[in-house]
Amino acid sequence: MAEMQIKPITMNFGPQHPAAHGVLRLVLEMDGEVIERADPHVGLLHRGTEKLIEHKTYLQALPYFDRLDYVSPMNQEHAWALSIEKALGITVPRRAQYIRVLYCEIGRILNHIMNLTTFAIDVGAMTPLLWGFEEREQLMGFYERACGARLHAAYFRPGGVHQDLPDGLLDEISQWAAKFPSFIDDLEMLLTDNRIFKQRTVDIGVISEEDALDFGMTGPCLRASGVAWDLRKTQPYDVYPEMEFDVPIGKTGDCYARYLVRVEEMRQSLRIIDQCIANMPEGPVLAENNKVTPPKRGEMKNSMEALIHHFKLYTEGFHVPEGESYTAVEAPKGEFGVYVVADGSNRPYRCKIRAPGFYFMAAVDHLSRGHMLADSVAIIGSLDVVFGEIDR
Amino acid sequence: MGEMDQIEDGRPTDAAPSALETMVVHLQHLLGDAVSSADISGGQIILRTTSPALITLLTSLRDDVVASFNQLTDLTAVDYPDRPERFEMVYQLLSMKNNMRLRILMPVDEGQTAPSVVGLFNSANWAEREVWDMFGIFFAGHPDLRRLLTDYGFEGHPLRKDFPLTGHVEVRYDDTLRRVVNEPVSLVQEFRDFDFLSPWEGMQGQIDAGSADKVGKGE
Repeated sequence: MAEMQIKPITMNFGPQHPAAHGVLRLVLEMDGEVIERADPHVGLLHRGTEKLIEHKTYLQALPYFDRLDYVSPMNQEHAWALSIEKALGITVPRRAQYIRVLYCEIGRILNHIMNLTTFAIDVGAMTPLLWGFEEREQLMGFYERACGARLHAAYFRPGGVHQDLPDGLLDEISQWAAKFPSFIDDLEMLLTDNRIFKQRTVDIGVISEEDALDFGMTGPCLRASGVAWDLRKTQPYDVYPEMEFDVPIGKTGDCYARYLVRVEEMRQSLRIIDQCIANMPEGPVLAENNKVTPPKRGEMKNSMEALIHHFKLYTEGFHVPEGESYTAVEAPKGEFGVYVVADGSNRPYRCKIRAPGFYFMAAVDHLSRGHMLADSVAIIGSLDVVFGEIDR
Repeated sequence: MGEMDQIEDGRPTDAAPSALETMVVHLQHLLGDAVSSADISGGQIILRTTSPALITLLTSLRDDVVASFNQLTDLTAVDYPDRPERFEMVYQLLSMKNNMRLRILMPVDEGQTAPSVVGLFNSANWAEREVWDMFGIFFAGHPDLRRLLTDYGFEGHPLRKDFPLTGHVEVRYDDTLRRVVNEPVSLVQEFRDFDFLSPWEGMQGQIDAGSADKVGKGE
């Protein structure tokens, strides 16, 4: 009997789909219920960030970094600030370094709550989202107290942070951090041993160590495949070398391992937050180099020089010496890198943003081949993609 | 601005300088003619190469037991319209074994093709598609070279320096046609791209000229 070749069905997933975590159009070639090929169409949120940055001064370019991965804004500003500091040779005051690390870890928890709970809702568990967003709300409150904005912070500046923390904020963060482990326990109680959750995630979207490296995966997705690589440990920046924390590693490289790694990372972030609060030094929060950082308001009332510095900084900005550099930080999603080509003027000649999610999205085809349609939702959820940074 | 002009090249940020220097010597020995120059800057190794040598260079960097640069972190291009060879491809590699980063710079002219490295590193797949989309550099041997980030039917390559920031077309929803239409950009006033360098530049130029011999550019 002659074999019949059935043409695969092409299915369109997105661009508006609640499980696509943003504006993703996934063109799936299906053989019945099985995915034969997944072709993600990205770029629906492309805003030309890199082009815009070429037309802005170094300081004006900073807020664009909030708008990349809008779930953990400050971690990305950190990469930009570090890269400018490296080029200019500025040393950041200790207190500013502590504040930055503190807020980076708050950002990591913000991100992981967002990811884990929306991942849970993708595979059918609604409660974690409702509980998690309550916690996120408090964390965004801490963002707001520090810089006035819940989301688009523009708080980390070249040379430190924009302003000092208000009185009492550290105590509040400390109180919150004492209560937060019970939320993680509740979350784990709902998901970790949950039969339905495990059925949806265990052995789904497995990626081996070699493949994960080959596809350029970083962060929790790489660690879930068993690679012990965390830039906070291997190429530390700011005061990370002084922090005591562990890097959780997964064994299986499936959706469930990625979930477990993130849960443990939240606990480790709490340890860092506690250490930051306990050892927070006193002192300035911005380098005292008025070519790069603004003078104090009070000084501007009396000193002509301060006024000139302020005016020059916010119109012309500062000049970065000619040269190129690649700076990377461990953002919650993975390695977030900035490659800057400076031509000696007040604007970057070229700024390439290396977003971790971009490489996760590129691996979706590899991960979802041979899985069922419903598994593609679990895979996308477990990769932790945000289209702000993928499309840039 | 004197103190800001000092770049500390070769500052040890990622690994001890001695380890980096040893690696550079090893790489020069290993790669031979495939590399036209090798330096250390900002704690990272920088190699310059040409497009015919790229594949051999990357293969040896990846497969050599000592170097083992096992991850292509990023791949991009920079547009220099004034150079004889217009574009410069930039490859960022990471060796987890040595905890080192390496950057490969390779000039490519407009209309010239660059060799695709997807066969060596899968992470290059989308990165090369993005470079094709943004700069119009064609990659020979890429399995699926389509536009990635721009709209369906987009024309031009946005990250080229001669592409205007405002773009050429704008979209709007047309009520009578009942669909989204593309139209040429019409601005009520010119896009204001301020030249902040102007008024006090004269003074700064003189200061720079005075200290130019001390500072030295891109040393």
